[in-house]
Amino acid sequence: MSLPFILFFAFAVIAVAGALLLILAREPIHSALSLVLVMISLAALYLLLGAEFIAAVQIIVYAGAVMVLFVFVIMLLNAGMEERTNWSSIAKYAGVPLGVFLLLELAHWMARAGPGVGIANGAARAANTAVSTRALSALLFQKYLFPFEATSILILIAVLGALVLAKRDE
Amino acid sequence: MSVVPISYYLVLSAVLFGMGAVAVVFKRNIITIFMAIELMLNAVNLAFVAFARAWNQLDGLVFVFFVIVVAAAEAAVGLAIVITIVQNRQTLNVERVNLLKL
Repeated sequence: MSLPFILFFAFAVIAVAGALLLILAREPIHSALSLVLVMISLAALYLLLGAEFIAAVQIIVYAGAVMVLFVFVIMLLNAGMEERTNWSSIAKYAGVPLGVFLLLELAHWMARAGPGVGIANGAARAANTAVSTRALSALLFQKYLFPFEATSILILIAVLGALVLAKRDE
Repeated sequence: MSVVPISYYLVLSAVLFGMGAVAVVFKRNIITIFMAIELMLNAVNLAFVAFARAWNQLDGLVFVFFVIVVAAAEAAVGLAIVITIVQNRQTLNVERVNLLKL
């Protein structure tokens, strides 16, 4: 087994374990920390896929900013143990099998090598990853310039919306 | 050659998405449900990056960038909504936020 396989399986196991911990943890703060674990291992997988810029953005924006916001709100609201309610019988007898079915079916269809994936596995690995960030920035500021500018408006609106929502009415 | 096949990444993405969907359905804490949505967005991002690699096209990475930006905006607005809910109803449990429930 070669190094990329070992790295892939190591980080995949960490990511799945983190996701499992997110489901099983009863304290929201434990869920948040396990989600940070998932995000960091996903950043490592992005590096493995040759997407350095996305890996850096993942660490800075997701594991940094977004999760700090989550932890801040958990602390602010003093969110404690989750109350367990009895699962309704529909959830127990239909929900769990359907969830497992969705997961297995997604995995099945994605594991089947489609027409493109099989070819790409052979051909794409010669990609020069050293220039990918430069090429990405050229793409972002030329072909996708208008969507990029639109996201700044989106962020502005989101900040205004958060401000209006969180403001206490006097 | 010893490069991990793209389908491995896609299966991991499917597993993470499925676990996020299960968490959205089964968790009762509204903040944890938000975190599960973030987990699903992350799973989709992994599929985008894997496909960008498979087709050797960088457009997928640009889409991941936009997904991350939208997720950040969504987290800001969503957590403001959570704070408003707690101010009004003094609970984080979604079972108790039942004004529109029959």
